[in-house]
Amino acid sequence: MLMIEILPGKCDFCGCCVGVCPEDAIELKEAEIRIIEELCTNCCKCVWSCPFETLKFNKKETTRLEFES
Amino acid sequence: MKAEYDVIVVGAGPAGSMAARFAAEKGVSVLILEKDRDVGYPVRCGEAVSKAGIEEFLRPDPKWIASSIDKFSLISPDGSEVIIQFSETGYILERRVFDYELAKMAASCGAEILTRAYVSGLITEGGRVTGVKYQFRGEEKQLRAKVVIAADGVESRLGRWAGLKTYVDFRDMESCAQVTASNIKVDPNTCYFYFGKDVAPEGYLWVFPKGNCSANIGLGVSGLTGKKRSAVSYLNSFMEKNFPDAPTLTSIAGGVPCSVTLERISAPGIMLTGDAARQVNPLSGGGIISGMIGGSIAGRIAAEAVISNKPDYIMTYDKAWNDRLGRRHEIFNRIKNGIYNFSDEKFDSIAHSFLKVSKDKRTLGSLFRTALFNQPSLLLDVAKVFLG
Repeated sequence: MLMIEILPGKCDFCGCCVGVCPEDAIELKEAEIRIIEELCTNCCKCVWSCPFETLKFNKKETTRLEFES
Repeated sequence: MKAEYDVIVVGAGPAGSMAARFAAEKGVSVLILEKDRDVGYPVRCGEAVSKAGIEEFLRPDPKWIASSIDKFSLISPDGSEVIIQFSETGYILERRVFDYELAKMAASCGAEILTRAYVSGLITEGGRVTGVKYQFRGEEKQLRAKVVIAADGVESRLGRWAGLKTYVDFRDMESCAQVTASNIKVDPNTCYFYFGKDVAPEGYLWVFPKGNCSANIGLGVSGLTGKKRSAVSYLNSFMEKNFPDAPTLTSIAGGVPCSVTLERISAPGIMLTGDAARQVNPLSGGGIISGMIGGSIAGRIAAEAVISNKPDYIMTYDKAWNDRLGRRHEIFNRIKNGIYNFSDEKFDSIAHSFLKVSKDKRTLGSLFRTALFNQPSLLLDVAKVFLG
Protein backbone atom coordinates (compact mmCIF):
# COMPACT_ATOMS: atom_id res chain seq x y z
CA MET A 1 0.00 0.00 0.00
CA LEU A 2 1.49 3.31 -1.07
CA MET A 3 1.40 6.03 1.58
CA ILE A 4 3.64 8.61 -0.08
CA GLU A 5 2.11 11.14 -2.40
CA ILE A 6 3.39 13.75 -4.83
CA LEU A 7 1.76 17.08 -4.11
CA PRO A 8 0.69 18.79 -7.32
CA GLY A 9 2.49 21.89 -8.59
CA LYS A 10 5.49 21.70 -6.25
CA CYS A 11 7.99 19.41 -7.96
CA ASP A 12 11.04 21.02 -9.55
CA PHE A 13 12.30 17.71 -11.04
CA CYS A 14 15.68 18.04 -9.29
CA GLY A 15 16.23 14.33 -8.61
CA CYS A 16 17.14 14.34 -4.88
CA CYS A 17 14.40 11.78 -4.24
CA VAL A 18 15.64 9.48 -7.01
CA GLY A 19 19.20 9.70 -5.67
CA VAL A 20 18.25 8.58 -2.15
CA CYS A 21 15.62 5.97 -3.04
CA PRO A 22 17.03 2.56 -2.05
CA GLU A 23 14.41 0.73 -4.12
CA ASP A 24 14.75 2.52 -7.48
CA ALA A 25 11.05 3.33 -7.09
CA ILE A 26 10.99 6.81 -8.61
CA GLU A 27 11.11 7.68 -12.29
CA LEU A 28 12.10 11.20 -13.32
CA LYS A 29 12.05 12.70 -16.80
CA GLU A 30 12.55 16.31 -17.88
CA ALA A 31 9.29 17.51 -16.31
CA GLU A 32 7.56 14.32 -15.16
CA ILE A 33 7.88 12.38 -11.94
CA ARG A 34 6.28 9.10 -10.95
CA ILE A 35 6.45 6.76 -7.94
CA ILE A 36 6.56 3.11 -9.02
CA GLU A 37 4.00 1.67 -6.63
CA GLU A 38 5.18 -1.95 -6.80
CA LEU A 39 8.71 -1.00 -5.68
CA CYS A 40 8.02 1.68 -3.04
CA THR A 41 8.36 0.54 0.59
CA ASN A 42 7.19 3.85 2.15
CA CYS A 43 10.64 4.34 3.74
CA CYS A 44 10.22 8.15 3.45
CA LYS A 45 13.82 8.97 2.52
CA CYS A 46 12.49 10.83 -0.54
CA VAL A 47 10.20 12.89 1.70
CA TRP A 48 13.12 13.94 3.94
CA SER A 49 15.36 14.81 1.01
CA CYS A 50 12.94 16.91 -1.03
CA PRO A 51 14.09 20.56 -1.03
CA PHE A 52 10.65 21.84 -2.08
CA GLU A 53 8.28 19.83 0.18
CA THR A 54 6.82 18.04 -2.82
CA LEU A 55 6.58 14.57 -1.31
CA LYS A 56 4.36 13.82 1.66
CA PHE A 57 3.88 10.79 3.86
CA ASN A 58 0.28 10.01 4.80
CA LYS A 59 -0.85 7.45 7.32
CA LYS A 60 -3.33 6.12 4.78
CA GLU A 61 -3.25 4.93 1.19
CA THR A 62 -2.48 7.59 -1.41
CA THR A 63 -3.30 7.80 -5.07
CA ARG A 64 -1.35 10.82 -6.31
CA LEU A 65 1.69 9.08 -7.71
CA GLU A 66 2.57 11.31 -10.61
CA PHE A 67 3.05 14.91 -11.54
CA GLU A 68 3.70 16.43 -14.92
CA SER A 69 4.17 20.12 -15.61
CA MET B 1 22.90 8.97 -36.60
CA LYS B 2 24.67 5.68 -36.79
CA ALA B 3 23.15 2.24 -36.23
CA GLU B 4 25.51 1.71 -33.28
CA TYR B 5 28.28 3.56 -31.48
CA ASP B 6 31.56 2.75 -29.85
CA VAL B 7 30.62 4.90 -26.84
CA ILE B 8 27.22 6.20 -25.72
CA VAL B 9 27.30 8.88 -23.01
CA VAL B 10 24.10 9.46 -21.04
CA GLY B 11 23.83 13.05 -19.83
CA ALA B 12 25.30 16.25 -21.25
CA GLY B 13 26.50 17.96 -18.08
CA PRO B 14 30.20 18.75 -17.59
CA ALA B 15 31.13 15.11 -16.81
CA GLY B 16 29.23 13.72 -19.80
CA SER B 17 30.54 16.30 -22.26
CA MET B 18 34.12 15.78 -21.08
CA ALA B 19 33.78 11.99 -21.35
CA ALA B 20 32.45 12.43 -24.89
CA ARG B 21 35.20 14.87 -25.84
CA PHE B 22 38.04 12.71 -24.53
CA ALA B 23 36.65 9.58 -26.20
CA ALA B 24 35.91 11.33 -29.52
CA GLU B 25 39.38 12.90 -29.56
CA LYS B 26 40.81 9.41 -29.83
CA GLY B 27 38.75 8.76 -32.94
CA VAL B 28 36.01 6.42 -31.67
CA SER B 29 32.33 7.09 -32.49
CA VAL B 30 30.45 8.82 -29.66
CA LEU B 31 26.82 9.77 -29.07
CA ILE B 32 25.54 11.83 -26.12
CA LEU B 33 21.90 11.30 -25.09
CA GLU B 34 20.45 14.16 -22.99
CA LYS B 35 16.99 13.87 -21.43
CA ASP B 36 16.26 17.61 -21.32
CA ARG B 37 15.53 19.71 -24.37
CA ASP B 38 18.47 22.01 -23.72
CA VAL B 39 22.10 21.38 -22.78
CA GLY B 40 23.08 23.50 -19.75
CA TYR B 41 19.58 24.23 -18.53
CA PRO B 42 18.19 24.23 -15.88
CA VAL B 43 21.17 25.21 -13.72
CA ARG B 44 21.09 23.34 -10.40
CA CYS B 45 24.43 24.56 -9.06
CA GLY B 46 26.30 27.23 -7.10
CA GLU B 47 28.54 27.69 -10.17
CA ALA B 48 31.85 28.25 -8.29
CA VAL B 49 35.07 26.72 -9.65
CA SER B 50 38.80 27.17 -9.16
CA LYS B 51 40.78 28.82 -11.94
CA ALA B 52 43.37 26.01 -11.96
CA GLY B 53 40.61 23.41 -12.29
CA ILE B 54 39.18 25.09 -15.36
CA GLU B 55 42.56 25.73 -16.97
CA GLU B 56 43.36 22.04 -16.98
CA PHE B 57 40.70 21.63 -19.69
CA LEU B 58 39.96 24.92 -21.44
CA ARG B 59 40.94 28.54 -21.65
CA PRO B 60 38.84 30.82 -19.41
CA ASP B 61 36.45 32.83 -21.57
CA PRO B 62 34.52 35.94 -20.43
CA LYS B 63 31.39 34.69 -22.15
CA TRP B 64 30.86 31.99 -19.48
CA ILE B 65 32.51 33.72 -16.52
CA ALA B 66 30.09 35.79 -14.46
CA SER B 67 32.75 37.02 -12.01
CA SER B 68 36.27 36.41 -10.75
CA ILE B 69 36.77 35.58 -7.09
CA ASP B 70 39.73 36.51 -4.91
CA LYS B 71 38.15 36.56 -1.44
CA PHE B 72 36.12 34.26 0.77
CA SER B 73 33.92 35.69 3.50
CA LEU B 74 32.89 33.19 6.16
CA ILE B 75 30.06 34.29 8.43
CA SER B 76 29.57 32.50 11.74
CA PRO B 77 26.16 32.12 13.43
CA ASP B 78 26.56 35.27 15.57
CA GLY B 79 27.41 37.33 12.48
CA SER B 80 31.19 37.45 12.95
CA GLU B 81 32.75 37.79 9.51
CA VAL B 82 36.11 36.28 8.60
CA ILE B 83 37.55 37.44 5.27
CA ILE B 84 40.29 35.50 3.52
CA GLN B 85 42.18 36.90 0.54
CA PHE B 86 43.49 34.49 -2.09
CA SER B 87 46.38 34.65 -4.46
CA GLU B 88 44.82 32.02 -6.68
CA THR B 89 41.51 33.14 -8.14
CA GLY B 90 38.31 31.30 -8.77
CA TYR B 91 35.33 31.94 -10.99
CA ILE B 92 31.59 32.03 -10.73
CA LEU B 93 30.42 30.50 -13.97
CA GLU B 94 27.47 31.17 -16.19
CA ARG B 95 26.65 27.47 -16.28
CA ARG B 96 24.07 27.65 -19.02
CA VAL B 97 26.74 29.04 -21.36
CA PHE B 98 29.57 26.95 -19.91
CA ASP B 99 27.83 23.57 -20.29
CA TYR B 100 26.89 24.52 -23.83
CA GLU B 101 30.54 25.31 -24.56
CA LEU B 102 31.71 21.94 -23.20
CA ALA B 103 29.12 20.13 -25.33
CA LYS B 104 30.24 22.09 -28.40
CA MET B 105 33.84 21.10 -27.70
CA ALA B 106 32.76 17.44 -27.62
CA ALA B 107 30.87 17.98 -30.87
CA SER B 108 33.87 19.59 -32.54
CA CYS B 109 35.87 16.46 -31.68
CA GLY B 110 33.26 14.39 -33.53
CA ALA B 111 30.71 13.48 -30.84
CA GLU B 112 27.03 13.49 -31.84
CA ILE B 113 24.41 14.88 -29.42
CA LEU B 114 20.70 14.12 -29.16
CA THR B 115 18.52 16.08 -26.71
CA ARG B 116 15.05 15.09 -25.44
CA ALA B 117 16.29 11.50 -25.39
CA TYR B 118 15.36 9.80 -22.11
CA VAL B 119 17.26 6.59 -21.40
CA SER B 120 14.74 4.16 -19.90
CA GLY B 121 16.79 0.98 -19.66
CA LEU B 122 19.95 -0.90 -20.55
CA ILE B 123 20.47 -3.67 -23.07
CA THR B 124 22.46 -6.45 -21.43
CA GLU B 125 23.83 -9.69 -22.81
CA GLY B 126 25.43 -12.30 -20.57
CA GLY B 127 25.87 -9.85 -17.70
CA ARG B 128 27.47 -7.21 -19.93
CA VAL B 129 25.91 -3.85 -20.84
CA THR B 130 25.74 -3.66 -24.63
CA GLY B 131 23.55 -0.61 -25.22
CA VAL B 132 20.64 1.53 -24.08
CA LYS B 133 16.89 1.70 -24.51
CA TYR B 134 15.61 5.24 -24.85
CA GLN B 135 12.50 7.26 -25.55
CA PHE B 136 12.64 9.98 -28.17
CA ARG B 137 9.62 12.02 -29.26
CA GLY B 138 7.17 9.39 -28.08
CA GLU B 139 8.99 6.45 -29.64
CA GLU B 140 10.78 3.58 -27.89
CA LYS B 141 14.21 3.04 -29.42
CA GLN B 142 17.39 1.03 -28.83
CA LEU B 143 21.02 1.60 -29.63
CA ARG B 144 23.98 -0.66 -29.13
CA ALA B 145 27.36 0.54 -27.85
CA LYS B 146 30.65 -1.06 -26.87
CA VAL B 147 30.77 1.15 -23.76
CA VAL B 148 27.98 3.08 -22.02
CA ILE B 149 29.11 6.02 -19.88
CA ALA B 150 26.49 7.01 -17.30
CA ALA B 151 26.79 10.73 -16.57
CA ASP B 152 23.12 10.96 -15.67
CA GLY B 153 23.50 13.09 -12.57
CA VAL B 154 22.36 12.92 -8.98
CA GLU B 155 19.19 11.12 -10.14
CA SER B 156 21.25 8.41 -11.90
CA ARG B 157 19.55 5.05 -12.35
CA LEU B 158 21.82 3.53 -14.98
CA GLY B 159 24.33 2.20 -12.47
CA ARG B 160 21.59 0.43 -10.52
CA TRP B 161 20.29 -1.17 -13.68
CA ALA B 162 23.80 -2.55 -14.21
CA GLY B 163 23.75 -4.02 -10.70
CA LEU B 164 25.86 -1.40 -8.87
CA LYS B 165 24.80 0.01 -5.52
CA THR B 166 24.40 3.66 -6.30
CA TYR B 167 21.79 5.22 -4.04
CA VAL B 168 22.98 7.92 -1.65
CA ASP B 169 22.46 7.69 2.10
CA PHE B 170 19.85 10.37 2.79
CA ARG B 171 22.17 11.87 5.43
CA ASP B 172 24.78 12.49 2.72
CA MET B 173 22.36 14.06 0.25
CA GLU B 174 22.56 17.84 0.48
CA SER B 175 19.12 19.01 -0.62
CA CYS B 176 19.52 22.45 -2.10
CA ALA B 177 17.29 25.41 -2.81
CA GLN B 178 18.71 28.34 -4.72
CA VAL B 179 17.81 31.58 -6.45
CA THR B 180 19.51 33.95 -8.81
CA ALA B 181 18.58 37.35 -7.44
CA SER B 182 19.08 40.98 -8.42
CA ASN B 183 19.76 44.06 -6.27
CA ILE B 184 22.22 42.10 -4.16
CA LYS B 185 24.74 44.62 -2.92
CA VAL B 186 27.78 42.52 -2.07
CA ASP B 187 31.44 42.71 -3.05
CA PRO B 188 31.60 41.51 -6.69
CA ASN B 189 34.77 39.44 -6.09
CA THR B 190 33.89 37.74 -2.80
CA CYS B 191 32.21 34.38 -2.20
CA TYR B 192 30.15 34.50 1.00
CA PHE B 193 29.49 31.42 3.13
CA TYR B 194 27.06 31.42 6.08
CA PHE B 195 27.11 28.74 8.75
CA GLY B 196 24.85 27.82 11.65
CA LYS B 197 21.78 25.91 12.68
CA ASP B 198 19.39 28.75 11.89
CA VAL B 199 20.80 29.24 8.38
CA ALA B 200 21.75 25.82 7.02
CA PRO B 201 22.28 23.02 9.56
CA GLU B 202 24.73 20.33 8.41
CA GLY B 203 25.51 22.36 5.34
CA TYR B 204 26.09 25.97 4.43
CA LEU B 205 24.46 28.87 2.66
CA TRP B 206 26.27 30.56 -0.22
CA VAL B 207 26.04 34.00 -1.78
CA PHE B 208 28.14 33.99 -4.96
CA PRO B 209 28.30 37.27 -6.93
CA LYS B 210 27.42 37.12 -10.62
CA GLY B 211 28.08 40.74 -11.63
CA ASN B 212 25.70 43.70 -12.02
CA CYS B 213 24.52 43.34 -8.40
CA SER B 214 23.11 39.88 -9.06
CA ALA B 215 24.08 36.75 -7.16
CA ASN B 216 23.57 33.02 -7.00
CA ILE B 217 22.20 32.43 -3.49
CA GLY B 218 21.44 28.99 -2.17
CA LEU B 219 21.90 26.45 0.56
CA GLY B 220 22.11 22.78 1.17
CA VAL B 221 20.84 20.83 4.15
CA SER B 222 21.23 17.13 4.81
CA GLY B 223 18.33 14.69 4.82
CA LEU B 224 18.56 14.58 8.62
CA THR B 225 17.66 18.27 8.71
CA GLY B 226 15.12 17.82 5.94
CA LYS B 227 13.16 15.47 8.19
CA LYS B 228 12.22 18.53 10.23
CA ARG B 229 12.45 21.47 7.84
CA SER B 230 12.98 21.79 4.09
CA ALA B 231 15.76 23.59 2.22
CA VAL B 232 13.34 26.04 0.59
CA SER B 233 11.97 27.06 3.98
CA TYR B 234 15.49 27.92 5.22
CA LEU B 235 16.23 29.87 2.04
CA ASN B 236 12.99 31.86 2.25
CA SER B 237 13.81 32.87 5.85
CA PHE B 238 17.31 33.97 4.86
CA MET B 239 16.11 36.02 1.88
CA GLU B 240 13.37 37.74 3.91
CA LYS B 241 15.87 38.66 6.59
CA ASN B 242 18.85 39.67 4.42
CA PHE B 243 17.57 40.59 0.96
CA PRO B 244 13.85 41.35 1.33
CA ASP B 245 13.66 43.47 -1.84
CA ALA B 246 15.65 41.27 -4.19
CA PRO B 247 13.78 40.22 -7.35
CA THR B 248 14.48 36.57 -8.15
CA LEU B 249 15.36 35.73 -11.72
CA THR B 250 15.46 31.98 -11.18
CA SER B 251 14.36 29.77 -8.33
CA ILE B 252 15.32 26.13 -8.36
CA ALA B 253 15.91 22.96 -6.36
CA GLY B 254 18.85 20.58 -6.59
CA GLY B 255 20.64 17.74 -4.87
CA VAL B 256 24.34 17.23 -4.20
CA PRO B 257 25.58 13.79 -3.15
CA CYS B 258 28.22 14.68 -0.51
CA SER B 259 29.77 11.30 0.14
CA VAL B 260 32.74 9.26 -0.89
CA THR B 261 32.75 7.92 -4.46
CA LEU B 262 30.73 4.76 -5.09
CA GLU B 263 32.51 1.53 -4.23
CA ARG B 264 32.43 0.51 -7.90
CA ILE B 265 32.18 2.97 -10.79
CA SER B 266 32.62 0.47 -13.59
CA ALA B 267 31.02 -2.85 -14.50
CA PRO B 268 31.19 -4.88 -17.74
CA GLY B 269 30.19 -2.49 -20.53
CA ILE B 270 29.40 0.53 -18.33
CA MET B 271 31.24 3.34 -16.51
CA LEU B 272 29.78 5.97 -14.16
CA THR B 273 30.99 9.53 -13.91
CA GLY B 274 30.19 12.90 -12.32
CA ASP B 275 27.35 13.13 -9.78
CA ALA B 276 26.16 9.70 -10.97
CA ALA B 277 29.41 8.19 -9.65
CA ARG B 278 29.26 10.47 -6.57
CA GLN B 279 32.48 12.17 -7.65
CA VAL B 280 31.57 15.40 -5.85
CA ASN B 281 34.03 16.91 -3.35
CA PRO B 282 32.06 15.98 -0.22
CA LEU B 283 33.47 18.84 1.85
CA SER B 284 32.66 21.74 -0.48
CA GLY B 285 29.88 20.10 -2.46
CA GLY B 286 31.68 21.22 -5.61
CA GLY B 287 31.23 18.80 -8.47
CA ILE B 288 31.99 20.68 -11.69
CA ILE B 289 35.76 20.25 -11.81
CA SER B 290 35.78 16.82 -10.17
CA GLY B 291 33.08 15.70 -12.61
CA MET B 292 35.12 17.03 -15.52
CA ILE B 293 38.16 15.15 -14.25
CA GLY B 294 36.13 11.95 -13.77
CA GLY B 295 34.57 12.35 -17.21
CA SER B 296 37.89 12.94 -18.91
CA ILE B 297 39.36 9.79 -17.36
CA ALA B 298 36.27 7.74 -18.24
CA GLY B 299 36.23 8.98 -21.84
CA ARG B 300 39.92 8.29 -22.36
CA ILE B 301 39.77 4.77 -20.89
CA ALA B 302 36.58 3.93 -22.81
CA ALA B 303 38.23 4.92 -26.10
CA GLU B 304 41.38 2.96 -25.27
CA ALA B 305 39.27 -0.12 -24.47
CA VAL B 306 37.48 0.19 -27.81
CA ILE B 307 40.63 0.80 -29.85
CA SER B 308 42.57 -2.06 -28.24
CA ASN B 309 39.48 -4.30 -28.42
CA LYS B 310 39.88 -5.13 -24.72
CA PRO B 311 36.40 -4.54 -23.25
CA ASP B 312 37.48 -5.26 -19.68
CA TYR B 313 40.11 -2.53 -19.79
CA ILE B 314 37.33 -0.14 -18.68
CA MET B 315 37.56 -1.71 -15.22
CA THR B 316 40.89 0.12 -14.71
CA TYR B 317 38.81 3.30 -14.42
CA ASP B 318 38.11 2.76 -10.70
CA LYS B 319 41.78 2.79 -9.81
CA ALA B 320 42.59 5.69 -12.14
CA TRP B 321 39.88 7.79 -10.49
CA ASN B 322 40.84 6.80 -6.95
CA ASP B 323 44.48 7.65 -7.61
CA ARG B 324 43.56 11.04 -9.05
CA LEU B 325 40.85 12.23 -6.62
CA GLY B 326 38.84 9.42 -5.04
CA ARG B 327 41.15 8.88 -2.08
CA ARG B 328 41.35 12.62 -1.42
CA HIS B 329 37.57 12.70 -1.29
CA GLU B 330 37.64 10.04 1.44
CA ILE B 331 39.67 12.39 3.60
CA PHE B 332 37.48 15.39 2.71
CA ASN B 333 34.50 13.31 3.73
CA ARG B 334 35.96 12.66 7.19
CA ILE B 335 36.66 16.37 7.63
CA LYS B 336 33.09 17.12 6.52
CA ASN B 337 31.72 14.75 9.14
CA GLY B 338 33.82 16.53 11.78
CA ILE B 339 32.74 20.02 10.74
CA TYR B 340 29.04 19.16 10.34
CA ASN B 341 28.92 18.26 14.00
CA PHE B 342 30.18 21.71 15.03
CA SER B 343 27.75 23.60 17.24
CA ASP B 344 26.95 27.27 16.61
CA GLU B 345 29.09 28.13 19.65
CA LYS B 346 32.04 26.31 18.11
CA PHE B 347 31.70 28.15 14.77
CA ASP B 348 31.53 31.44 16.69
CA SER B 349 34.54 30.65 18.85
CA ILE B 350 36.61 29.71 15.76
CA ALA B 351 35.62 33.01 14.13
CA HIS B 352 36.48 34.99 17.29
CA SER B 353 39.89 33.28 17.65
CA PHE B 354 40.63 33.82 13.97
CA LEU B 355 39.74 37.50 14.07
CA LYS B 356 42.59 37.91 16.61
CA VAL B 357 45.05 36.73 13.94
CA SER B 358 46.61 39.79 12.26
CA LYS B 359 44.98 40.61 8.93
CA ASP B 360 47.97 39.83 6.75
CA LYS B 361 48.20 36.34 8.25
CA ARG B 362 44.57 35.35 7.59
CA THR B 363 44.78 32.51 5.10
CA LEU B 364 42.72 29.36 4.64
CA GLY B 365 45.61 27.46 6.22
CA SER B 366 45.62 29.61 9.35
CA LEU B 367 41.82 29.33 9.54
CA PHE B 368 42.20 25.56 9.47
CA ARG B 369 44.76 25.75 12.27
CA THR B 370 42.35 27.82 14.34
CA ALA B 371 39.57 25.33 13.68
CA LEU B 372 41.87 22.51 14.72
CA PHE B 373 42.47 24.03 18.14
CA ASN B 374 38.72 23.67 18.56
CA GLN B 375 38.56 20.12 17.18
CA PRO B 376 41.95 18.40 17.59
CA SER B 377 40.64 15.05 16.34
CA LEU B 378 40.44 16.56 12.85
CA LEU B 379 44.18 17.10 12.84
CA LEU B 380 45.07 13.69 11.50
CA ASP B 381 42.68 13.94 8.58
CA VAL B 382 43.78 17.44 7.66
CA ALA B 383 47.42 16.40 7.85
CA LYS B 384 46.66 13.65 5.32
CA VAL B 385 45.13 16.19 2.92
CA PHE B 386 48.22 18.38 3.02
CA LEU B 387 50.57 15.42 2.76
CA GLY B 388 48.64 14.38 -0.36
